[in-house]
Amino acid sequence: MAKPSRALHKSSGTNGNRKLALIASKGSLDMAYPPLILANAARMSGIDVEMFFTFWGLDMITKKKMKNLNVATVGNPNMHPWFHIPTLLGALPGMSAAASWMMRGEIKKLGFPRVPEFIEQLIDAGANVYGCKMSMDMMKLTEADLVDGAIVLGAMEFMDLTEGAQIVFV
Amino acid sequence: MTQDILDIVEFDDEGFMINASDWTKEIGEAIAEALEVELTDRHWHVIDFARTDFEESGEPPTLRRITKQTGVDMKEIYQLFPDGPAKLAANIAGLKKPTGCI
Repeated sequence: MAKPSRALHKSSGTNGNRKLALIASKGSLDMAYPPLILANAARMSGIDVEMFFTFWGLDMITKKKMKNLNVATVGNPNMHPWFHIPTLLGALPGMSAAASWMMRGEIKKLGFPRVPEFIEQLIDAGANVYGCKMSMDMMKLTEADLVDGAIVLGAMEFMDLTEGAQIVFV
Repeated sequence: MTQDILDIVEFDDEGFMINASDWTKEIGEAIAEALEVELTDRHWHVIDFARTDFEESGEPPTLRRITKQTGVDMKEIYQLFPDGPAKLAANIAGLKKPTGCI
């Protein structure tokens, strides 16, 4: 039994100001959610969040792509159990789109937002969202191509920002 | 004065009320004071919703549910309840700790 207090509400370990650094490097629908959910859980627990989107992870914060992330039906061993398709059939046209459609349905049933809304929710919740400069140069993207509120950042600057943070790479 | 009220209420190890039905507005105010949250009408709007929703579902509402149903958007709710809005709101509303991860 403990009386309510501010201290009981901090998931901040022993030294306070706990910070989580998330690096999102995958742009498929199934790999987009883990970093988003972790970032959201951290913000809901009062933990500071810095998110770095690199390589295919950039698709999650690129205006043109974020609405249409797909799940791969070939070479993805994790389709089981709700949508199991043999690899050969997975290569058929339309299979990836169908699986993605199904997965979006399942995500909706759980009450989770779609990727663009999720990103917006995280920015509103105070998470900092960064696009990897090198990946953006490679993909010929500028800050204007990113969702509002996202900032272009180099990897070394990200390291400076996340000193002392706990780092999760997805 | 407010300390006296909290002395007669049962809390679990994390400071959440054990019996939601024992809750009164005065207890809510005392918990808010202990959590260093200064209550405004907007806070009460969220707290009242959390209580009503709990009566219907038996679970404290998730943060997403609160923002969808109350019209208090995500930015505002983090201003009202910094350091963990869903947990702080449930705590003040006399509910158990929320477990939803959204």
